[in-house]
Amino acid sequence: MKITKDEVEHVAHLARLDFTEEEKEKFTSQLNDILMYVDTLNRIDTSGVEPMSHAIALHNAFRDDCVGESLDSGLSLANAPDARGPFFRVPRVIES
Amino acid sequence: MDLNSLTIHELQEKIRAGEATATDIVRDVFTRIDAVEQDVHAYISLMKDDAFVEASRADADIRAGNLRPLTGIPVALKDILCTKGFRTTCGSHILHNFVPPYNATVVEKLKEAGAVFVGKTNMDEFAMGSSTETSYYGITRNPWDLERIPGGSSGGSAAAVAADECIASIGSDTGGSIRQPAALCGIVGMKPTYGRVSRFGLIAFASSLDQIGPFTKDVTDCAITMNVIAGYDSRESTSVPMDVPDYCKYLSRGIGGWTVGIPKEYFIEGIDPEIMASMKKAIGIIEGLGAKCIEISLPHTEYCLAVYYIIAPAEASSNLARYDGVKYGFRSQDGRELLEMYKKTRSAGFGPEVKRRIMIGTYALSSGYYDAYYKKASQVRALIKRDFEEAFKRCDAIMTPTTPTPAFKIGEKTDDPLQMYLSDIFTISTNLAGIPGISVPCGFTGDGLPMGVQFLTGHFEEGKLIQIASAYEKSASIEKSRPGL
Repeated sequence: MKITKDEVEHVAHLARLDFTEEEKEKFTSQLNDILMYVDTLNRIDTSGVEPMSHAIALHNAFRDDCVGESLDSGLSLANAPDARGPFFRVPRVIES
Repeated sequence: MDLNSLTIHELQEKIRAGEATATDIVRDVFTRIDAVEQDVHAYISLMKDDAFVEASRADADIRAGNLRPLTGIPVALKDILCTKGFRTTCGSHILHNFVPPYNATVVEKLKEAGAVFVGKTNMDEFAMGSSTETSYYGITRNPWDLERIPGGSSGGSAAAVAADECIASIGSDTGGSIRQPAALCGIVGMKPTYGRVSRFGLIAFASSLDQIGPFTKDVTDCAITMNVIAGYDSRESTSVPMDVPDYCKYLSRGIGGWTVGIPKEYFIEGIDPEIMASMKKAIGIIEGLGAKCIEISLPHTEYCLAVYYIIAPAEASSNLARYDGVKYGFRSQDGRELLEMYKKTRSAGFGPEVKRRIMIGTYALSSGYYDAYYKKASQVRALIKRDFEEAFKRCDAIMTPTTPTPAFKIGEKTDDPLQMYLSDIFTISTNLAGIPGISVPCGFTGDGLPMGVQFLTGHFEEGKLIQIASAYEKSASIEKSRPGL
């Protein structure tokens, strides 16, 4: 086993996901299959190979710092499930 | 003749000759949609009212002699592209009510070119899938056989073109999501070089792999559409500041004297015998055009899928962290405090395939596993890119089948993620290397299912890609049959 049910629970927490017991079992088995398959990469010697993060060699993309058009706060908040005034509103963060 | 069954260039001739108006074309498209959409379900939402308004504007332009590259041409957009003021779902419940405040650059460019938008097409949720079965908005069916999948993730865009429910469409391709459905639906689909088309306003899946491209009925239409959508965009930092050639100039050049590489690693066990036979035929056609076909090797081919299934989920897990029920989209009302709200929102808002990939990606990036998975995959990715660089020293273009099998049955692979992933085995390497690729129809199986041949070239050589695809298309003269819907 590459990944146990406990680890699946830990990763789910990191990903901010909740699963039922049944889903946890199913995910544990499917993730194991996928990770076993991915393990074939260990057959290749990659010592000294620079990891590639982009398809095209990119350098920092700079532009002049000038004022352009931007969204106003009304439009920015228009899709919010809950907003009040110029703010996004969320459930409480700190226990009372 | 139904105008909706014609190509862009055929319609342009009719418009110029005064034989058709934009309103006529749009009317025929919506008549067709009324007739077949209930079977195919290519669209998540239609823009019918706006389309007729835009068509009458296009007709005013036509009367004024102001013809732009796509004036009056009905185009469908994958529902992953932001459309200002029009709901954009990305095939997900979590964005079921999202109305973007801006247009994607590609949408702006098409609009400026005179295109008329028909609607937003169905897709696998967040473009994660190869069959368009993971959409929250129901499945799309293959117009050639309604019991089969159209491919994915841009299955709606491919099916809409194949079923003549639009003239051309736009999709996105992260591991084959344009070329694979194009092949399975019997049309042309191109994934341009990474950086060639701006991704501004494209909802992100895997940012180092995603690229936008066209679905069209032939290679000429592909060149016309690429002329409109390609080019640098200052709002997209990975778009490349390079001049865009006129792709139409490459259409009739021929490929005499070219060397075309056939990678031996792509002729694997499990490849459908009819696809194998169609490839042999395609090699004969390419040689008949005065090109030399040689065997080449891409030694790391067998590792592409494993690399992809680390890199794409890792990037996705990061990109999809933004869906937290705060800024837009669905929010679960059950969470009493913030962390609980995040978890309940994301668990109810995402479907199983998206959650599976977020889990793989989060695991691969988590403390203690980063080097073993993400770093290792990124190193092998460098070797895959090097394989292509070496190969292109020996040949002008590479030719492969687009898919290992024709369209499979609906539900056939939904319970086995690895089997589903294998249907992208010939298209994924292109995204990892960042090179362009095109799928062109190469005939039908005995059961009447379309098959596709894929051509690949070096970075920013879309012109050469159109050159070989066009030469092949003319010489192969695949029967222009239509699905019997």
